[in-house]
Amino acid sequence: MSATLTVRGTGPLALVEDLGRPGLAGVGVGRSGAADRGALRQANRVLGNDEGAAAVEVTAGGLDVEVGGEGVTLCVTGAVCEVTVDGRAVGSHGVVRVPAGSRVRLTAPRDGLRCYLGVRGGLDVPAVLGSRSHDVLAHLGPSPLAEGTVLRVGSAERPMPGIDHVPWPRSGADVVLRAVRGPRDGWVRDADVLTTATWTATDRSNRVGMRLAGAAFEQARDEQLPSEGVWRGAVQVPPSGEPVLFLADHPVTGGYPVVAVVLDEDVDRAAQVRPGESVSFRWVEAP
Amino acid sequence: MKLLPYGDRAVLAELADGEEAMALEAALRGAASSAVGALVPAARTVLVVAADGVPLREVRELLAAVRPVPLDPADDADEVVEVPVVYDGEDLEDVARLTGLGRGGVVEAHTGQTWRVAFGGFAPGFGYLVGEDDRLHVARREESRTRVPAGAVGLAGEYAGVYPRESPGGWQLIGHTDAVLWDLDRDPPALLRPGVRVRFVEAGG
Repeated sequence: MSATLTVRGTGPLALVEDLGRPGLAGVGVGRSGAADRGALRQANRVLGNDEGAAAVEVTAGGLDVEVGGEGVTLCVTGAVCEVTVDGRAVGSHGVVRVPAGSRVRLTAPRDGLRCYLGVRGGLDVPAVLGSRSHDVLAHLGPSPLAEGTVLRVGSAERPMPGIDHVPWPRSGADVVLRAVRGPRDGWVRDADVLTTATWTATDRSNRVGMRLAGAAFEQARDEQLPSEGVWRGAVQVPPSGEPVLFLADHPVTGGYPVVAVVLDEDVDRAAQVRPGESVSFRWVEAP
Repeated sequence: MKLLPYGDRAVLAELADGEEAMALEAALRGAASSAVGALVPAARTVLVVAADGVPLREVRELLAAVRPVPLDPADDADEVVEVPVVYDGEDLEDVARLTGLGRGGVVEAHTGQTWRVAFGGFAPGFGYLVGEDDRLHVARREESRTRVPAGAVGLAGEYAGVYPRESPGGWQLIGHTDAVLWDLDRDPPALLRPGVRVRFVEAGG
């Protein structure tokens, strides 16, 4: 009998995510996948899984699951939160063996926004178009977790790597994101507004993008930009002038100018910024 | 072709027009290079994303070497999809007036040319279709609708399209179809994919 996780509580949002479904942009489907890809990979590596095995992405804590079957080996990565097994604190960023019948709970993160509950063997839920990621924009993939959802745990195919902890993330506070000038930086009067202003992530931020307030770009052109491809990390300026930093579930194409693109690694950090927290940018040379 | 910066994982190739963009997308798709993680074709551009772990340099090398495949309108190797349409859209009168074609002329122009899927976006299964001439080029509606039903057939700018599911939208609606644009239980799920050619046929209303 394989192991299961039965969901008893989800907090604000808990989703199954893997590394997404790239390559379907032509039919209007974005990549999606974990918002903090590095954190998902980290959990999978320490558990001896494929890097892209599916895990639970928990936004702002509150996940509560009951372990069934054979019990599980798990690791919580990403934002630093408290993890309890039957009320006993076991800590995040470490590998824990949890017997059947136990309750595993994640508190709201102390620092950061999104935690990843990885299990040895990965989550074995049906894939949609080759991925077990829920895309909040395209409404694709496994449904958001709800009370009573039963998640099957897959079987492990490789030995454990013999590491029992992963490094804690850098603090989510006062994040400085490295950005390369974007393809349409000439479409705003002064692209350096990005690096001179201090921005705040607004409460309209989600997995699609982080919406920023604090300053506004002035458009330099009246004409409309023909639709072009969008990717994770793109900083797009809509007519309001307040930019959006696109995250995992970004649209496939967009018609507003992209004035900067954040380095891939730093998009993971952006995904850990909570609404209300500040973030700034600095320019780096294009690779 | 002009290469524009797009961070550390992608390059945006900008072409002179939509035809060239389609030709580059077709060539890159045909090359099936392991350096490419994703291709995002659009109106005048193709965003080329490096595969995980592949340095961006390899994508630039591929773009320097690739020979775009010019699209031959007479080429019948590509799939042709017929989409039956009832021309009863709420904006049909407006489109008839804006184009100067009259209702009958709009239907004739829409059914009388072969369209080609240039790129996707907006929603799963939505394809931006380009036609053979500019008779049906009309601006989007001044105000978007909050609800456009699935199957609505519309026009905006130089494109035609069909809404795969109910969504907000600002396209000029000229009719509707019962064709299923997106079905996850079908392989492939999207009826309209880049390169596919489309003929609209008038269906009895």
